[in-house]
Amino acid sequence: MDSSSEYSLHHPKWHRDRTPIFWWVKRWVYICFIGREMTSVAVAYCAVLLTMVYRALQSGPEAYAALMSLMSHPAIIVLHVFALLAVLYHSITWFNLSPKAMVFRFGRWRVPDLMISGGNYAAWLLISGGIAWAYATG
Amino acid sequence: MSAMKKSSDPFWWTLFGAGGAMTAMLVPMLLFLIGVATPLGWIEGPSYASVSQVMLHPLTKIAAFFLISLSLFHWAHRFRFTLYDGLQLKHLFQLIAVICYGAAVAGSLVAASVIW
Repeated sequence: MDSSSEYSLHHPKWHRDRTPIFWWVKRWVYICFIGREMTSVAVAYCAVLLTMVYRALQSGPEAYAALMSLMSHPAIIVLHVFALLAVLYHSITWFNLSPKAMVFRFGRWRVPDLMISGGNYAAWLLISGGIAWAYATG
Repeated sequence: MSAMKKSSDPFWWTLFGAGGAMTAMLVPMLLFLIGVATPLGWIEGPSYASVSQVMLHPLTKIAAFFLISLSLFHWAHRFRFTLYDGLQLKHLFQLIAVICYGAAVAGSLVAASVIW
């Protein structure tokens, strides 16, 4: 392509068959792919939840207690169970893909994929354990 | 291909990646404790006094802001491309990008004003 030509994302002349919206339900790997991408909705929800926790904390003990009792509503617990499954799926797929994004070399030796994802899982366990310990001991 | 050189994708991808890594490490355990284990009575949640002591510490506030903001940018990037590919909305390229990243920026500002 010469430098004077405009870069066009979608060539207007080509005929394209319209892809159906649910193209991805036909194969399991595509469902997993869309599922993995949709875990980001649960991640965003958790950001909103953390903001709500901060608002309650800043408003005082009554507001915090009110938020905690809202969190005990069965429908909210069910929502959080699904959100938890989604963020777990996010973590697992993220750590499994981490060797693709993180490449470490020492001279000619490249750190094997298994060590990189294993390191991520080890860090995950340590951090999660630390959070749980801090939470349980108050 | 001048338009390719000016692409801002590496910038958004960096925010996406940072948010993905941070949330993958922190969010499952936090959500399990706050959203599932405590409401079901499996563990007793810490008191308001100790939660606020930890969460309102200046360093925790900074960390929480980064967690919230990067989570939103992580969502914005993934959701944007899911709309393009999943729902075949490539013709709404710019509109979707503006809405997604705009929501992440707005959410980050709201979070900052709530936290501080």
